[in-house]
Amino acid sequence: MIGIFLTCAFVISGWLFFNRNKLINYALLFIFVTLLIVFSVFEYNNLNINELSFFRPDALGVLLLIALCVVSVPVIIHGYRYIEKHNVDETPKSRGLFFGAMVLLISACSVVYLSGHIAVTWIFIEITTLSASALIYHHRNLRALEGVWKYVFICAISITFVYIGILFLSLSVKDAGIDDMSFESLYANAGKLNPFWLKLAFLFIFTGFTAKLGLVPMYTAGIDAKDKAPAPAGALLASILINAGFVSIYRIYAVMVRTPLGHWANTVMIIAALISIFVATVYMTRIKNIKRLFAYSGIEHMGLVILGLAAGGIGVYAAILHIILHTLIKPTLFLQFNQIYWVYQSKSIYDVGNYFKYNKAGAILIFLAFISATAMPPSGLFISEFLIFQSLFEAHYIILLLFVLILLTMIIWGFGSNIFKLLFTPPLSIDETKIPHISPWESFSQYLLLGLAVFIAYSPPAQFVALINDAVKLLS
Amino acid sequence: MTDILLIALAMSLLYISIANRLFTYLNILVLQGFILFGVTFLTLTKISTVNLMLIMLETIVFKAIAVPWFINYIIKRNGITREAEPYLPMFVSLIIVTFITVATIILSSSIKDPNLDKTFFVVALSTIFTGLYLIVTRKKIITHVIGYIIIENGVFVLSLAVGNEMPMLVNLGIMLDIFASVLILGVFFNRIGDLLKDPDIDHLRNLKD
Repeated sequence: MIGIFLTCAFVISGWLFFNRNKLINYALLFIFVTLLIVFSVFEYNNLNINELSFFRPDALGVLLLIALCVVSVPVIIHGYRYIEKHNVDETPKSRGLFFGAMVLLISACSVVYLSGHIAVTWIFIEITTLSASALIYHHRNLRALEGVWKYVFICAISITFVYIGILFLSLSVKDAGIDDMSFESLYANAGKLNPFWLKLAFLFIFTGFTAKLGLVPMYTAGIDAKDKAPAPAGALLASILINAGFVSIYRIYAVMVRTPLGHWANTVMIIAALISIFVATVYMTRIKNIKRLFAYSGIEHMGLVILGLAAGGIGVYAAILHIILHTLIKPTLFLQFNQIYWVYQSKSIYDVGNYFKYNKAGAILIFLAFISATAMPPSGLFISEFLIFQSLFEAHYIILLLFVLILLTMIIWGFGSNIFKLLFTPPLSIDETKIPHISPWESFSQYLLLGLAVFIAYSPPAQFVALINDAVKLLS
Repeated sequence: MTDILLIALAMSLLYISIANRLFTYLNILVLQGFILFGVTFLTLTKISTVNLMLIMLETIVFKAIAVPWFINYIIKRNGITREAEPYLPMFVSLIIVTFITVATIILSSSIKDPNLDKTFFVVALSTIFTGLYLIVTRKKIITHVIGYIIIENGVFVLSLAVGNEMPMLVNLGIMLDIFASVLILGVFFNRIGDLLKDPDIDHLRNLKD
C-alpha cells in the first residue's frame, strides 16, 4: 500500500504542478485527501507488518499518520480559501506549485512516520526540505527569499550532519558484525554496537534532526520558515513536519536506551531541551510578530516533549500524548492567523487590537487556542504537561523542574500579554471601513480541532491509549 | 597512492584558506573533484562495476565539472566581484586551518578501532571543519555555497571509508550531493541575483526578532 500511496502522491503532485485548470486542481486535491484517509485506515489495520522491506508501520508511526490526516484536511481547505481570497495576484501557475508542494510535503511526512530504515527516513526528510522551501517562497519577495535561503542552507547543513551520523552508525554496526541498518535490526543488536561510534552517531543525528523538530541548535531555520510561509503552509510546518523530526529522533533514541549509553543520551537531550525552552522564553516575552510568537511556542512545546522522553517512566507516554495534542492545537493558531491578517493586513502586534469587535468567532477561538497552547485547564495539553512534570519529579530532576516551571510562567505572561493586546486593546490607528466581514464558518474547522484535542485528552478512546502504549514499548 | 591523493586534498584546504579570488576557489573545487575521482577508483575495489562507474561519473561530471561551471556562470551573470572578502586576515585563516588539521590528527590518534582507516578519517574531518570555517568567515553568499560544497567533499571521503561494505551509503552521499547542490544553487541563487544587485549576506539580515 505504501508503494501505491507514494506513486499516486507523486503523480498527483506532479499533475498539480503542471495543471492550469482550476476544477482539475481541486478535484486532484479531493482525490489526494481520500487517498490519504484510505492509506491511514489501511496502515492502522496492518500494524507492524513490514512493507517493501524498508517500511514498518509501528504504533507511533500510525498514530502520527492519523493525526496528520486530521490536520491535513482543514489545512487543504484553508489553503483553498487562502489562494482564492487572500491573494489577488495568484496565477494558475503559483496555485499549482503551492498545492503540488503541499501534497508532496504531506506525503513525504507520512512516509517518514512509517519508515523502518534510517536511510529511508533520511531521504524523505530531504524531500520535506524541498517541498517546504517551495511553500516558503510562495510570495516571491525579498523577505520570503531570505527566509527560504536560510531554511534551505540550514536544512542542507543539518541533513549533512544526519548523513555523517549515519556513517558513524555504520562504523558502529560494522564493529558489531552486522550489515543491516534497519531500525529493527539496530534494536535487536543494540547491545553489540560499538559505544564510541554510537555516541558520535547519536550526537550528529540528533543535531541534524533538530532542524525539523525545532530545538536548539538548529531551530532558527524553522522560525523564519513558519514566519514567511503562507499561514496554511505554516500550520503544516508547525505540526506534521515537527512530528517527522520527532519520530526520527524517537527511533534513534530507542536504539540508545537499549545500550548502556541511555543515560548519556538523556543528558544530551535534557541540555538541548532546556536551552530550547529558555530561548523560547526569551523571545516570547519580547517578540512583536504574531506568527513568530506562534512558532516560538512550538519550540517550547518540543522542549517539553524531549524532557518527557528523557525523564522516562510516565514521561514517555506523556511526551507522545503531548506531541499528538500539539499537532491538533498549533495549526488552529496558524489557520486563525489568516483571518487576523485579513482584518489588519499586518503581522505586528502594534497594528492589531480589539479583535473581538471585528471577528467574534475568531476572537473566541484565539482565546481558547491561547488557553490550549499554554496548557491551562481544560486544555488537553494540561494533562500531558502535568504528566511530564510528574515524571521529572519522579526522576529526581527537582531543580530542573522548578527552573522549567519558572520559564513556563514567563512564557504564559509573554504569550498572554500579546494575545490580550490582540483581543481587547484598541489598535492605534485603523480604518474600519476597509475591514472585511469574516464569516464565522472560517473558524469552524479550528473549533473542531480544539474540541478534538480536549476530547482525546480527557476521555481517550481505548484504541488511542493502546496505540500510545504500544509506541511507548518501542523504548523498552 | 590513495594516501598521496588524500594528503593532496588536505593541502588544497590550506591553499583555499589563503586564496583571495573566487576563481581560485573554483579551481580548487575542480582539483578536489579530480582527487575524489582518483580516490574512489583506488578505494572501492569490492563493489559492482556499474555502481563504481556511477560513483566515478558523479565525482568527475558533477563535482569537478558541473558545479564549478555553474558557480562560475552565476558569478559572471550576477557580476559578483572577484574578491572573497574574508572577515579575518589570510594569515589567521591559515593558522586556524592548520590548527583544525592538527586537532583532527590528535583526535583520531586517540581512537583505537581496527576498522577505521585513520587517513580517511583525518582528511574527511578536517575537510568538513574547514568548510564550516569558510562559511562563518567569508562575507559573500557564494562563498557560503562553496564552503558547503567543501563540506560535502569531506563527507564523501568519509563515506568512502565504509564504502566497500556498504555501497548503499556512498550512493546516499551522492544523492545528498546532487540534491542539496541543485536545490541550493539552481533554484535560489539565480533568484538572489535578480533581487539583490550585490549579493552579500548583509542584505539578508531583515528577518529577526
